Amino acid sequence: MTSELDPIASPSGFTPRSTGGIGLWVTPVDEVAIEARARTFTTRSIKKTSKRAALELAISCIDLTTLEGMDTPGRVSALCRKAITPDPADPSLPSTAAVCVYPSMVPSAAAFTAGSSVRVASVAGAFPSGMSSLEVRLADIRDAVAAGADEIDIVIGRGDFFTGRYGRVFDDIVAAKEACGPAHLKVILETGELGTYDQIRRASMLAMAAGADFIKTSTGKVARNATMPIALCMAEAIRDYVEQTGEIVGLKVAGGIRTAKQAWHYLVLINETLGPDWLTPDRFRIGASSLLNDALLAIRKLDTGRYSGPDYVSID
Amino acid sequence: MANDDIHPVAKGQSRGFSLDYAPAPESASVVSIADEYGLFIDGEFAEPESGELFATVSPATEERLSMVASGGVGDVDRAVGAARRAYDGVWGPMPGRERAKYLFRIARQLQERAREFAVLETLDGGKPIKESRDVDIPLAAAHFFYYAGWADKLEYAFPGRDVAPRGVAGQIIPWNFPMMMLAWKVAPALAAGNTVVLKPAETTPLTALLFARLLQDVGLPPGVVNIVTGAGPTGEALVDHPGVDKLAFTGSTAVGKRIQKVALARGVPVTLELGGKAAHIVFEDAAIDQAVEGVINGIYFNQGHVCCAGSRLLVQESIAESFVDRLKRRLATVRVGDPLDKNTDVGAINSSRQLARITELVEVGVAEGAELYQPDCGLPDRGFFFRPTILSHVEQTHRIAREEVFGPVLSVLTFRTPEEAVAKANNTPYGLSAGIWTEKGSKILWMADRLDAGIVWANTYNQFDPASPFGGYKESGFGREGGMHGLAPYLSAAPTGGRS
Amino acid sequence: MGERLDIQKTYKLFIGGAFPRSESGRTTEVVAADGSFVANVAKASRKDLRDAVKAARGAQSDWAGRTAYNRGQILYRMAEVMEGRRSQFEVELVTCGSSAADAAAELDEAIDLWVWYAGWCDKFQQVVGTVNPVAGPFFNFTVPEPTGVVGVVAPEQPSLAGLIARLAPVLVSGNTAVVIPSEVAPLSAISLSETIATSDVPGGVINMLTGPKLDLLPWLLGHLDVNAVDLTGAPTDLDPAVLDEAVGNVKRVIRRDPADRGPYAITDFCEMKTIWHPIGR
Repeated sequence: MTSELDPIASPSGFTPRSTGGIGLWVTPVDEVAIEARARTFTTRSIKKTSKRAALELAISCIDLTTLEGMDTPGRVSALCRKAITPDPADPSLPSTAAVCVYPSMVPSAAAFTAGSSVRVASVAGAFPSGMSSLEVRLADIRDAVAAGADEIDIVIGRGDFFTGRYGRVFDDIVAAKEACGPAHLKVILETGELGTYDQIRRASMLAMAAGADFIKTSTGKVARNATMPIALCMAEAIRDYVEQTGEIVGLKVAGGIRTAKQAWHYLVLINETLGPDWLTPDRFRIGASSLLNDALLAIRKLDTGRYSGPDYVSID
Repeated sequence: MANDDIHPVAKGQSRGFSLDYAPAPESASVVSIADEYGLFIDGEFAEPESGELFATVSPATEERLSMVASGGVGDVDRAVGAARRAYDGVWGPMPGRERAKYLFRIARQLQERAREFAVLETLDGGKPIKESRDVDIPLAAAHFFYYAGWADKLEYAFPGRDVAPRGVAGQIIPWNFPMMMLAWKVAPALAAGNTVVLKPAETTPLTALLFARLLQDVGLPPGVVNIVTGAGPTGEALVDHPGVDKLAFTGSTAVGKRIQKVALARGVPVTLELGGKAAHIVFEDAAIDQAVEGVINGIYFNQGHVCCAGSRLLVQESIAESFVDRLKRRLATVRVGDPLDKNTDVGAINSSRQLARITELVEVGVAEGAELYQPDCGLPDRGFFFRPTILSHVEQTHRIAREEVFGPVLSVLTFRTPEEAVAKANNTPYGLSAGIWTEKGSKILWMADRLDAGIVWANTYNQFDPASPFGGYKESGFGREGGMHGLAPYLSAAPTGGRS
Repeated sequence: MGERLDIQKTYKLFIGGAFPRSESGRTTEVVAADGSFVANVAKASRKDLRDAVKAARGAQSDWAGRTAYNRGQILYRMAEVMEGRRSQFEVELVTCGSSAADAAAELDEAIDLWVWYAGWCDKFQQVVGTVNPVAGPFFNFTVPEPTGVVGVVAPEQPSLAGLIARLAPVLVSGNTAVVIPSEVAPLSAISLSETIATSDVPGGVINMLTGPKLDLLPWLLGHLDVNAVDLTGAPTDLDPAVLDEAVGNVKRVIRRDPADRGPYAITDFCEMKTIWHPIGR
């Protein structure tokens, strides 16, 4: 048993390969205090002019997502259209960052987004459980990339993580990164299952050290999704990782973010934790579907001074 | 310091998105401030004998808010007389359960009018609206609610004792938490069956006067609470008054000592909640990011006008440098400015006098060799403001490490071992509070046991609750406010039936 | 055999577990009720007081650091040792003016007081300590702690039982004491010191300074390293200027009826410490 445990995976830290052996500081996290801090971001008031720009930014950071067993090319086509032109009445609005689909939908998504700025993200690696052999997971990734995915979202092996086989979790991410080739790798921690902020912090550091381009909160397939304190915990991990290694890593929050107000809160959190340099789709993503229309309604309110209704924005 | 230096990003990579926070001023229209205020004696507002008034100004704008009566010896005498009559005639004989109902009513009214109180508190005192709204006023209401429930249960608080109120309580409160301190004083006094003459601080009298109006609305019998505004001489008149049976004071240690002298000479019981110079101790095995938040909250909360402020950071030497860097980075996101703005984290310094004191002590600190850091934040053109300040490389011998600054100024010292941390933490005449950050439970208890401090916050800081006793060791005073312990100073407790 | 000359005792101070004479070299004459010479007792000076405070401070953290069970056993041991020496105490009380019956009754009382307070050592915390239901995710509790070094001005009468009634509650929580015993009847206090020295009370925990109270009081009240002073045995008409000395370090100044022997006689010399910790994962 012990031979399976990574000899350097001590609770206090581990030595990532990608950083040439720099020890990473996995500090403990206090639940009550981090949740109190996260609440403070929700009381910031954003300037009205800045508010519209912030909403546009939020839209441009969205990975517009459909991850259903009943997804079809028709459904994906509608999604891609919406991603490229969120509001036909206002062509000045940006496209979303990406659409996010299952691997089998990647060819459709690639076709429907061709010529636009919208990237194709694919979940892969036996999403959402990750409970397949490494070979199957890697093949899944390679398939999706070959079919045209620009970005791959995988989930860490929680079984290995919970049994302390951090080395395996690490190696799997390294292999996934390799399988991605030119595609960007987002590593989902499935924070809703990790139980504590300490574990979220540890998983964040592990994923970043193994080569993740983004770390991501959740699959959206379990009961507990992204929350402000979870995002804060991961953002702090990113900030410390970048500080120690110089490598840039992005953050993707996914699941449960449905309103423009929530999006503002996350932007404030990113702004005050990682700084304005992270307020860009290159470094910050929101995995969402219904958020987009709420953002559009909020923009209409800002522009017209009146509250709009759901019939006045298109469903995707 | 530019953002490039604060955030861990290589220079030149900035994407340029600027998330500007709006001035989000809480509307002041919710309060109406009278041009003049009299003294609240025997249920009515009354002119001061001398006819003298003094101005109370908004420290954020330096504008005069109102003129307030300056209570003299004769006024204090009238107030004490009213309190005595109310004690003998109404409040003393009243069953505890009826007293309780009045206190519950006060708590409810405070909740209902919370916004009005919060805005007025911020206008008069300069504290950020988010603090008066989220901390001061809710806690004041909670304090009345908590003690209301004690009023008819006093015999259960002190087993084997026959308890009785002391009579007329003379209470003097400071300017840093005007309503909260009012609640801490008035609620337990009334619950225990005493009547009250309260003197608010001269720079922050307005919420106490609004509270007087609230008492009229509540229907509290006249004379049960009397509020006499004024400066030092008004307080002296109250302390010296032979009709006062119990004294309670929160404020500076210097004034506290003067009050203790009078109390000793007169044989009047007194509780004192005085200054502090709290050590905030951070070990290398702490939850670092939360410790950063705790230290920031510990010293910049309420502009550092907090007797229990964590003004001395004791950080383990192995992490000192990086920890201070983190503090500086965090400080860059702290917003200083208009206290009425909901985005403001640090508001106005309470008075020009206090600003001068803070400025002087920081200058002394720098002259003594401390390294100064202040974020490059803009300050309003008018009003009394001071940048949040970190003084690092402070030594135990520096004045800045020994004297209470009562402002947004953190002194940074280091230690190597838990023993050294305790020795440095306790090396002060004060003993109000202390903070400990470590994830090791046994170390928390080891430290907590050895720290000379009435309140020890472990892995948190500046938490307050009506059920939690508050008060100091050594020169930080004696007696407790809050919790069951907070009743004791307002009761005499003789052995039941004289038995031992 | 000629008549045996009895050995007169030299009544000395008790500081840090030792029995020094006053550094001043001065003594006070104690006379019996009939006016005859009884003994010279050492007249403590301010320097003796300084030494006693230093000894008390030095012993305090160890005394407070012992388990409550251990302190309880040590106080109980005082009762045991006194019981064995009660005739000596009774003789001294009679010498200083008590009737034999009163002296016997006072000894009963004095010894029982040790037993009473021995039992309190590990109980009063549960009477006055609290777990506080704060409105947030915190565990919050309040515990009594000793205030530190306490000056005890013992009542003039009853000189032995009165002294123990005021001293024992000081010791219960872990304070150390500098005691100024009865001026008119100091002998039993000095014998008490000898009892203490042969019991298990560590040196410095109790220090005994015989001498004029009014001479020592300003120095005791003014000493910045004394946390509290029990004035129960001091005159009630003390010069306010003497009392003023107490505010130099915001000293806790206590007076309590020696007959009042509940837990509050203990907590008079305690500080309540409240500890917060978050409840989280």
